Amino acid sequence: MRWNVQPENPGPAEGIDYSALPDARGHFGPYGGSFVAETLMAPLAELAAAYERYRVDPEFIAELERDRRHYVGRPTPIYHCERLSREVGGAQILLKREDLNHTGAHKINNTVGQGLLARRMGKRRIIAETGAGQHGVASATIAARLGLECVVYMGAVDIERQAINVFRMKLLGATVVPVHSGSKTLKDALNEALRDWVTNVDHTFYMIGTVAGPHPYPKMVRDFNSVVGQEARAQMLAEYGKLPDAVIACVGGGSNAIGIFHHFLNDPGVAIIGAEAAGEGIATGKHAASLSAGVPGVLHGNRTYLIADADGQILETHSVSAGLDYPGVGPEHAFLKDSGRASYVGVTDAQALAAFHRLARTEGILAALESSHAVAHGIALAATLPKDRHVLVNLSGRGDKDVNTIARLEGITL
Amino acid sequence: MPNRIDTRFAALRAAGRPGLITFTTAGDPDPALTVDVLHALVRHGADLVELGMPFSDPMADGPVIQQANERALARHVGLAHVLEALRGFRASDADTPVVLMGYLNPIERYGFERFAVAAAAAGADGLLLVDCPIEESAGYEAVLQRLGLHQVYLLAPTTPPERRSRIAAKAGGFLYYVSFKGITGAGHLETAQAMAALDELRGLSQAPLAVGFGIRDAATAALLGAHAQAIVIGSVLVERLADARDASQVDAAVASCLPPIRDALHALRGG
Repeated sequence: MRWNVQPENPGPAEGIDYSALPDARGHFGPYGGSFVAETLMAPLAELAAAYERYRVDPEFIAELERDRRHYVGRPTPIYHCERLSREVGGAQILLKREDLNHTGAHKINNTVGQGLLARRMGKRRIIAETGAGQHGVASATIAARLGLECVVYMGAVDIERQAINVFRMKLLGATVVPVHSGSKTLKDALNEALRDWVTNVDHTFYMIGTVAGPHPYPKMVRDFNSVVGQEARAQMLAEYGKLPDAVIACVGGGSNAIGIFHHFLNDPGVAIIGAEAAGEGIATGKHAASLSAGVPGVLHGNRTYLIADADGQILETHSVSAGLDYPGVGPEHAFLKDSGRASYVGVTDAQALAAFHRLARTEGILAALESSHAVAHGIALAATLPKDRHVLVNLSGRGDKDVNTIARLEGITL
Repeated sequence: MPNRIDTRFAALRAAGRPGLITFTTAGDPDPALTVDVLHALVRHGADLVELGMPFSDPMADGPVIQQANERALARHVGLAHVLEALRGFRASDADTPVVLMGYLNPIERYGFERFAVAAAAAGADGLLLVDCPIEESAGYEAVLQRLGLHQVYLLAPTTPPERRSRIAAKAGGFLYYVSFKGITGAGHLETAQAMAALDELRGLSQAPLAVGFGIRDAATAALLGAHAQAIVIGSVLVERLADARDASQVDAAVASCLPPIRDALHALRGG
């Protein structure tokens, strides 16, 4: 399949200050908000108030900063893929190495922050949902470190295909609860986590892993992840004397993407591109490209683009990467799509797998299958640009967790 | 024309007893039986019926109602069926109030205003949007008001006093108090706590107060019924109805659990 490598990307729309979003009730234009049952409204308000208080609290900021440096391993470098760029023959391809974080993905940027908040709020139990297992591992990791109980909800189908991460969570002391309802994947794990939260809300902190869910999650998760773009912007200026020409990240729920996009949104010269999972091709219906092929609706506490049928029932999605296999997307991405500030492209399973192998062989890096979608588009875009341009790809996670999947897809018995 | 919900609660007030509200899911156990289920509920004591509109991701519901949603969706039950069943019910029941209950996404996909107009024409009296708190409902209220439909709001044990008043000010038809922190059908209802909460809510609003979640038997219904204007029975009914294959089995299933609850509430007359 060929895909449009240089979609229209007009830069910041007139008069929008992207750093000022969302509004006080979590709206990004028509998207976001708090669409939950009444029981959760007060707990969400309590969480929002705590977050607003601590995010500007010097002690909280200092502790978060310390943990990022000594526990997570930040800052992560920007790596120049010299061989790959030469081989592609176009723009220089740069990787923001979020795969080098503790636990192997960007997810810990968020959980380390939410964990500190949970402790300050006096909660002794953490719950989380997970798809690929990366957020589950990142939550279990933080819970272990803070001495909190941790329960992770995971679709039964995902448990099957991400066995290594399930075992990691158990080693970290978490309880992994298989979810058998609905399509038995991430969306159902989210439903189940919400049901747990509504039941145990007094002492439980719900650690949502992506920039979706009701307010304040899309904002809070974005803020904790935006350290990625903040670092990357400063690193580009220090090491290359310029901003990148394009920033590319994969988008499932969209937390790593918002994380690297956020600090570039007000820079008109930087193209912002999200790579969605086109699965077996958008035309086949077997994909997870909510922004490219979905319609606005309400799910999991927010208004956003969704993959749903004509009756408004949420559909099963497909992607080779469990982490992108979600029928919704963070509301800020919905807003960025409509405003034209960001563009979103579909990358198929096959294109992502090809990029995975190419990066492994040219640069010695095993990328997560999720991140391989962004790498695929980075390569495709770089090929159309001159050599003095810079394409920055967020390498959101490492691929060790995916080696079984890749072996199976290629008919190899380990 | 006055709204049937108001008429029914006025009659209950005159009779001096709390009302019995039932919840069932449209299209479950079989779309061909939805109208029979509604009539059976009224026959065996329902004063007001809530008809659930199936959704793929019912995040506020426990396993029993989740499975009812899945069964209905497996038979492609959408809002068109809900409206058709409502029209079928109204053909021989002009008085029992009907509240349509569900999640926003299917309704928005249908078109909110288009749906509201069709629901009013089909004989609905109110709408309960589970995932739409007062903060997000401004756009819907005007539409429903214009059509004479009530928007029923929930109050929860977690709802702080200031917020309760804001919700009460918007109450249409009745206020629905969620008896515990949890999902529908869960087994941890503490009656003493719920009764105390209901007493605290008395006088909050002109609108009658209904209480639901976790009420499974006549004894509990009577205890809570004495502190509210109506009680809601859901999961236990849905459980009984799950295996019904025809109208007579539907009747038997409803007859097996509703009459004792009805009798317990009727016995509170003048109490």
